Amino acid sequence: MSNALKNLLYKMADDALIIGHRNSEWTGIGPMLEEDLAFSSMAQDKIGHAQALYKILNEVLGEADPDTLAFKREEKQFKCCQFVEQPIGEYDFSIVRQFLFDHAELIRYDMLTQSSFQPLAQLAKKVKGEIKYHVMHADTFVKQLGNGTEESRARLQSSLNYAWHLSLGIFEKSEFENELISENIFVGEDELKKRWQEKIIPILEVANLKVPATDESKIVYGGRKAFHSEFLKPLLDEMCEVVRTDIDAEW
Amino acid sequence: MNTLDPRIKRLSLEPSAEVEKTNSHLITYEVFHQEKRGKHVTHVGVVHASNPEMALVMAKEVFGRRGKTTNLWVVKTSDVYTFGSDDEDMFETTPEKTFRDPAYYKVRDKIEKFQSKQKV
Repeated sequence: MSNALKNLLYKMADDALIIGHRNSEWTGIGPMLEEDLAFSSMAQDKIGHAQALYKILNEVLGEADPDTLAFKREEKQFKCCQFVEQPIGEYDFSIVRQFLFDHAELIRYDMLTQSSFQPLAQLAKKVKGEIKYHVMHADTFVKQLGNGTEESRARLQSSLNYAWHLSLGIFEKSEFENELISENIFVGEDELKKRWQEKIIPILEVANLKVPATDESKIVYGGRKAFHSEFLKPLLDEMCEVVRTDIDAEW
Repeated sequence: MNTLDPRIKRLSLEPSAEVEKTNSHLITYEVFHQEKRGKHVTHVGVVHASNPEMALVMAKEVFGRRGKTTNLWVVKTSDVYTFGSDDEDMFETTPEKTFRDPAYYKVRDKIEKFQSKQKV
C-alpha cells in the first residue's frame, strides 16, 4: 500500500511544484499590479502545497527530505502531468490552465478530505480554502475575458482548444489506481474527471466558450509514468540552478 | 450573490448564470478590511477591476495576503459620496469642542486642579 500512496503523493506534489514554478514566471510582468501580486501569491501557495506533500512523503513514508525531493531529483523521477510543464505562453493560456488545473485540484482535495490516509486528509482540509480562491480567481477571469471583446474571447477559446487534451492528461491513471480506490485512499481519477467536467462545462458556457470535443487518441498522457515534454528539463535546470552550484551547501 | 441581509451582496463560488455587466476599461474599487468577525471594517486602499467580483478577487491578495483577515468589502469608488475639499472649514473648530468628548468629563477635575497648581 505504501507504494500506491507514494505514487499518489509524488504526482500531486510534482504537479504543484511545477505549476507553482511556472506561474511564478509571471512575477514582475503580470498584466497589472493587482494581478501580478495575486498570481505570484497563488504560485507561492502551490509551492507550499508541494512542500507539505513532500513532507508527508518524508516523515510518514520514509522518503528523502523535501528540499532533496524538490531540487535534487532527475527529470525521469518526476510524476507531474505534461500540462503543468508547458510554458506560460500568453496570459490567456496561463488563465485557461489555471482554470482547468485548479478546478481539478479543488475537487481532488475535496475528495481527499475523506481519505483513509489521515495525514493526507488533514492536509486536504487545511489547504482546500486556498485552492478555492485559486478557482474563484480563474473563474472571474475566464468569465470576464469570455464576455469581453471579440479578441479576448477568441484568444481564450484558442487557448482552451490548445489546452484541452493536455488538461485531460491530469487524470492519467497509475498502476496503483485500483489499490488507491479499494483502500479508500482516493476516489479515483475517473470519478474526478467526471465531476470536473460537470463543474467546468457550465462555467465555460457562461463564459461564451465552446467546450472542445474530446478525441481520446489526442489526450496527452505520459507524465504520470515519467515521460515528459521537452519543457520539463529546462524548467528543472533553471529551478535547480542555484542548488546545483553546491549540492551539499547548508541553507 | 444571495444573502440573508438584502443590503449586502456576497460573492459565491458557484457559477452564476448571469454575468455581471462589465466595463471595458478598468475602474477603481475602494477596499475595506475586516480583521475579526464583528470588528469594524476599515478602509485600506484601492484596486483596479472591471467588476465587483474581480475587485474582491484582487483585494484578497493585495490587502488580505498578510496577517489575519475575516472578510473584505469592495465599493465602487464612484459610489462613494463625500464633502467638497473646500468645505473642510466646517470641521475646523471641532477639535476645540472637547466637551463633546466623553473622556473630557472624566479627567476634567484633575486637569483643572493640575492647571491651577501650575499657575501658582
